[in-house]
Amino acid sequence: MSNAPKISAGERVRYKPQIYMPQMSIFWWVKDRAYVFFIIRELTSLVVAAYVILMMIQINALSQGPEAWQALTDWFATPFSIGLHIVFLILLIFHTLTWFWVAPTAMVVRIGSKKVPGSILIAGNIAMWLIISLAIGWLIVSI
Amino acid sequence: MAAKKHNDPFWWTLFGAGGTLSAFLLPVHVALIGIAIPLGWLEAPGYESLRSLVEHPITRIYLFVLISLSLFHWAHRFRYTLYDGLMLKHLESYIMVFCYGGALAGTIITAILVITF
Repeated sequence: MSNAPKISAGERVRYKPQIYMPQMSIFWWVKDRAYVFFIIRELTSLVVAAYVILMMIQINALSQGPEAWQALTDWFATPFSIGLHIVFLILLIFHTLTWFWVAPTAMVVRIGSKKVPGSILIAGNIAMWLIISLAIGWLIVSI
Repeated sequence: MAAKKHNDPFWWTLFGAGGTLSAFLLPVHVALIGIAIPLGWLEAPGYESLRSLVEHPITRIYLFVLISLSLFHWAHRFRYTLYDGLMLKHLESYIMVFCYGGALAGTIITAILVITF
């Protein structure tokens, strides 16, 4: 160590410590199917946000009056809007299923001292999801 | 740093609640209002009946809670998508303001929308 060159404080700032920091591509996830799955799942949050913003636009149009609502429903009937909603629906169902899939890991349910198996929780959630969807669908269509 | 760690369970709770509500409730809205009704598979509800449905206090609360918590779900998950996907951990404070601030702004706008409806 006695041979080590003396470095002043100023030089230490100038010559930054040589920590190995590999530069990763932002597309680090495309090579593995599990990572692609992970990134798609993470990106479903964008669709959740986009759709609730669209819900805000719907509430606003509805409160503006029949003309504004008609203009919005006319736009809903365009091929672009229908295509967009199909993409949204696919990604939202992906969100729903992956959410149910991890739910038993995030929250353990017990009956007495027995742990309820994850598969039963997932099946229960899916059944509840279908019932709630039918109920909301019936409410919107029957009014 | 300590304050950030301390806040994470709070953001995670909003994220979890929003994830659950959006998982159960959003697909049927998209399927009906965005696809089935515009394609004519189901009859479109009339303007007046739809308006009176949204005027109901329970519907207003439903819409507010669903929209607000869904935005906080986005905020928390997208924050980590930016960290991991784009590796922007060094921009942490800006990302947190953008994500949670955006969700808060959306919550305020939604509150105004449902109160003044």
